[in-house]
Order: sequence, then structure tokens, then C-alpha cells
Amino acid sequence: MIKSKHLLGIKELTSEEIYHILDTAAGFRDVLHRDIKKVPPLRGKTVVSLFFEPSTRTKTSFALAAKRLSADFVNFSVSTSSVLKGETIKDTALTIQALGADFVVIRHPSAGVPHFLSNILDMSVINAGDGANEHPTQALLDLFTIQTHKKNFQGLTVAIIGDIAHSRVAKSNIYALTKLGAKVRLICPPTLMPAEIGKLGVDVFHSIDDGIKKADVIMTLRLQLERQSKGFLPSLEEYFKLYGLTSERLKLAKSDALVMHPGPMNRGVEIESAVADGPQSVILEQVTNGLAVRMAVLYLLAGVRK
Amino acid sequence: MSKEILDSDDINRAIRRMAHEIIEKNKGVSNLCLVGIQKGGVTLAERLASQIEAIEGGKIQVGKLDITLYRDDLNTKVEQPVVKRTEIPYAIDDKTVILVDDVLFTGRSIRAAMDALIDFGRPAYIQLAVLIDRGHRELPIRADYAGKNIPTSFNDRIEVTLKEDNNKDKVVLISDK
Repeated sequence: MIKSKHLLGIKELTSEEIYHILDTAAGFRDVLHRDIKKVPPLRGKTVVSLFFEPSTRTKTSFALAAKRLSADFVNFSVSTSSVLKGETIKDTALTIQALGADFVVIRHPSAGVPHFLSNILDMSVINAGDGANEHPTQALLDLFTIQTHKKNFQGLTVAIIGDIAHSRVAKSNIYALTKLGAKVRLICPPTLMPAEIGKLGVDVFHSIDDGIKKADVIMTLRLQLERQSKGFLPSLEEYFKLYGLTSERLKLAKSDALVMHPGPMNRGVEIESAVADGPQSVILEQVTNGLAVRMAVLYLLAGVRK
Repeated sequence: MSKEILDSDDINRAIRRMAHEIIEKNKGVSNLCLVGIQKGGVTLAERLASQIEAIEGGKIQVGKLDITLYRDDLNTKVEQPVVKRTEIPYAIDDKTVILVDDVLFTGRSIRAAMDALIDFGRPAYIQLAVLIDRGHRELPIRADYAGKNIPTSFNDRIEVTLKEDNNKDKVVLISDK
């Protein structure tokens, strides 16, 4: 059962809590296949999004999840708000709370901002990405997608390829998968691998061919082009040559291996189009599942409130 | 203190009588389907359907309905909700839908069930069949078919177990005194 009314990171969850969220999400996936895709449990509740970084899919997914649960959803637009006039994030958050919101969904370039806010707010705080720290709902939807195809996490080998150092998606997935008993392999150039990452109980590879051998699941990460100006990589072409997921390389993994990507994809940089659109790809399924998982999170956190 | 108030034979007789009443009131079973409320009503609906089939012949469609998302106590209940499956693999438009539950108490579950059902279509009629009616209604809801009326005090509990789920048929009344 979920103990906290905030979702700050996977690190803070137990494996029982993770399974409870996944089970609840399965119920919501059924709702999304109905003719009437709306259910009433969050009637009269308000969800506010507060995004300090650009996002389309996560914000849209949360907005739809809130609306499917009959909550009201309001986007607090940072680019046109008082934040530009110098208001602190604490004052912004307290203002949103004073307006009567029950949930704030926050994304911020600095790690730990959701944790900071959770200590001063009564409303539920949901982390939608904090710096290079965590993106918990992405990991939960990845788990949910894996679970529908593989049933069991125990003994599963999951290879994560890409810019590990800058990736909160990788971080959340590492916490989540290791908690549920999967084996995690990280594959990326030495310049993009955090030095102490081995302490999280993962295996590190610098050769993609070695790393994806016999893997059950392959997660490709978006190469964060906006963060590559510091000379971590010689060129994008070289990155694709050495670390891009191609059809040839995919043959090294198990024949029923899943190909995942959190989006948005850079086709021809981290993943070949033929793989992204191929039969093993579950990339669009991840998007649909994200909706069910976010509904489950909002619904369960609402139940913790009193 | 707990007391067994119905045994296997009692339960079977009650189900058989309800099956006859359902057939009589609806003048046959041609337009009928059964929907069990998770989770106490699901097995009961299946048993009621096979009883009706045994009497009338033909095949009765049975579904299951989870009402968790339609409850009115998300913020007041102590234990956390578990969302279970809803499976109504047929159209309920213009059908006579018989909601089936094990115990009728405050009526709030039935209110939630009707709201949930109406999101799936527009039945011609909704009727209610329960194994035990224990009184204490908080909403204007009544059962069309009741296996047994049991007077209880508000804080008593009624536990219905069926052999398909727990290898023995029985209804037990548990009271504090």
C-alpha cells in the first residue's frame, strides 16, 4: 500500500508499492479501452502542472490522465508567469496551493526541487522529472510495458543504451528494475557514464554488441542534443556508428526482445528507423501505458491524503 | 461472537427460488443478462446464471463489474482501494441487466454500480438480486430479489463464502457482543 501522498522518486518506493501501482494501472488500462473513457473518482479535485523545462508528452499525458479521472487540470505556464518577474519557486508553489489545487505535477532542471516542495506543501507533489535525478512515472510506465510482455521481472536482463549521465529516465529505471529483481546493463561511451554508477548494482558496458547480447529488453535513451555542446562526443554520426540500435545489432539480443524508447526519438542518432518501427518495438505502447500509469498514480495518491 | 446463519442447503434453496422469481418476473430469459459486483457478487452471479439455465435452458450472459472508481468514500476509507477487473463482454443496451451482490447494506455500492453500469450503455431495466438483505439503507434502494432478510445491528458484519472461492458454502453473522 502507498504510504506517502507524494511521488518523488522510485528510490523512495518499496517493491510492494511499485507492484500496487502496476496492478492499479492494469485496471485503468481497461478504462481506456471503453467507449466512455472517463471515470469519476477525482471529481472536484484539481491538478496543476508546473513545468520549468519544455515537455509535450509528459504534460499532455498527465493532463489526459487527470481529465479521465474527472479532475480539473490547469497548466501553470512558467514562461508567461511571475516566475519571470523574480518570484521564488516556493512562493509560486504556495500560490498554487492557495488557489485550491490538490496535486502539483512538477518538472524542474534542478535535482531535488520536488523533495524540497514536498516539505512545505500540504498538496501532493508529483515529480515529472528533476534534473538528472529521477522521472518516476516514466520508469513506472516502462515497468508496466515490460510486465505486459514478460510477466516476471526476476531474472530479466534489461540493457539501457545512451546518455546515462544526463538521464533521469535511466536513473529511475535502474532503481525500479533492480528493486524488482531484474539485471540491468548500462551501455554508453565512457564520457557519458557517471563514475560511481557501479554502486547501484548494475553492469557497465562500453561496447553495444557485448551489452545487448541475449538481452530481454533494450531501452534506448534519447541523446540529449542540447547537452552535447561540451565535447562529450566527437559527432552524432560516430555515436550512431558505435551506439545506435540497428537491425543488425538487434539480432544479438533474444529473438523476442522488446525495443523501448521514452521519446522523443532522434531517428538515425540513437535508433534506426527500421528498429523504431519494427515488430519488436513497443514505443507507442509505452505512450498509451503512460496514461494508465499516471491515472493510477493520481488515484492512489488521492487515497492517501487523509 | 459469530454464528452461521445459512448453510449450503439454505444457500442453494435461496438461489433456486431467486432464479424462479427472475424468470417469472421477466417472463422468460430472452433479454436477460447478469452482472456480478466485485467481488462478492461475481461467483453468486455465475451460480444464479447456471440455475436459471438449468430451469429455462439456453445460455445467460454473465459479466463482472468493479465499482471501486465509482465509490464515494475514497477520502474517508482507512484501507486503500484496489482496482479490480470489469468484464462485460457484451452490449447491455436495451437489455434487462440484473445486478448481483452478496449483501445489501447501506445501498451505496449499488448506487456506485448503477453509475458504473450506465457508463457501459443504456439498459432497458436494471434489477437487483442479493443473497442477504441486512437492512440499514442510507439511500432509496431496494432489492428486487432477496435470498434472505436478516435483521442486524449496524456494527455487525455478514460474511458470505461460496465453495467456488473458499471450498464451503456458508453465511456467517459476526457481532461484537
